[in-house]
Amino acid sequence: MVARLVPLAIFVILVVFLGIGLTLDPREVPSPFIGKPAPPFSLPQVADAAKTLSVADLKGRVSLVNVWASWCVSCRQEHPVLLDLAKRGIVPIYGLNYKDEREAAQQWLSRFGDPYAASAFDPDGKTGLDWGVYGVPETFVIDKQGVIRHKHTGPVTPQALAEDILPLVARLQQEVAQ
Amino acid sequence: MHWLALLLIVPLWAGAASMELRRFDDPAKQERYEELIKELRCLVCQNQALSDSDADLAKDLRDEVYRIIQSGKTDQEAVDFLVSRYGDFVLYRPPFKPLTLFLWGGPLLLLLIGAAVLWRQWRGHRAAAAPVALSEADKQRLQQLRAQTDRIDEDQP
Repeated sequence: MVARLVPLAIFVILVVFLGIGLTLDPREVPSPFIGKPAPPFSLPQVADAAKTLSVADLKGRVSLVNVWASWCVSCRQEHPVLLDLAKRGIVPIYGLNYKDEREAAQQWLSRFGDPYAASAFDPDGKTGLDWGVYGVPETFVIDKQGVIRHKHTGPVTPQALAEDILPLVARLQQEVAQ
Repeated sequence: MHWLALLLIVPLWAGAASMELRRFDDPAKQERYEELIKELRCLVCQNQALSDSDADLAKDLRDEVYRIIQSGKTDQEAVDFLVSRYGDFVLYRPPFKPLTLFLWGGPLLLLLIGAAVLWRQWRGHRAAAAPVALSEADKQRLQQLRAQTDRIDEDQP
């Protein structure tokens, strides 16, 4: 009797695995940087080439790093969400302006609003490459030690903010900076 | 007629778009570079290798692989450069580690299970086919039954 149920059991196990497979997003590539220090960079800022933004500026408090570009369509979509978040003043957002032109980036910010504490200017995408960026937008959550704790691929939605990003930020802000 | 010419020319132009001309100081390096970019996956068009992806990122990554190989470093160093940034996802051949143990060992495991099942069945058949040894009591019972059936046959008109 038990032996006759074996094929059914195998089938059920297969269905479970395939079911899990269907819920996964194949476009989502897990970042190897989770739990690792943010890769070092030191770049001129978008607004003012004389000022720099570097990885040292990300230490001491929890922050978001948002990879964006004026040519990126999905960035327009997430932009209001970021503006709203910046207004609430919960967590500073730093921009990484990826493979863009300074003029175009500055115009974009003055036209749609600037949610960033500062934006680093990365015209050749070298820093983006070091951060494992494979599409724009991407958003990283950085803890007080400057360690990457989470990466959100694609536009930040109010749902992603409420369910993943902000709870994590709140948890990380509770941590004691060393 | 000219649309036909266009049809003929499109594949040529599409094929040429993703391959930059690369100068190596050593043909062996060129060979290694070309093998490597076939083995590495593009993250943007995920079913293409770096060698045939037109994505902007793929071009950047080819540039990096070229730079690393041309500077005299090993293939492994080029692979590590990409894996450290993008994870094992860039490898078409997944590495052998605890997480991927089942991926590598799974087929062999299934083969062994199949072999075990077959062997058990085969043994069962052999056992079933073997002549059964009858005990003394069984032999007597058999003779009785035979005698009975013989009598029944004789009673038939």
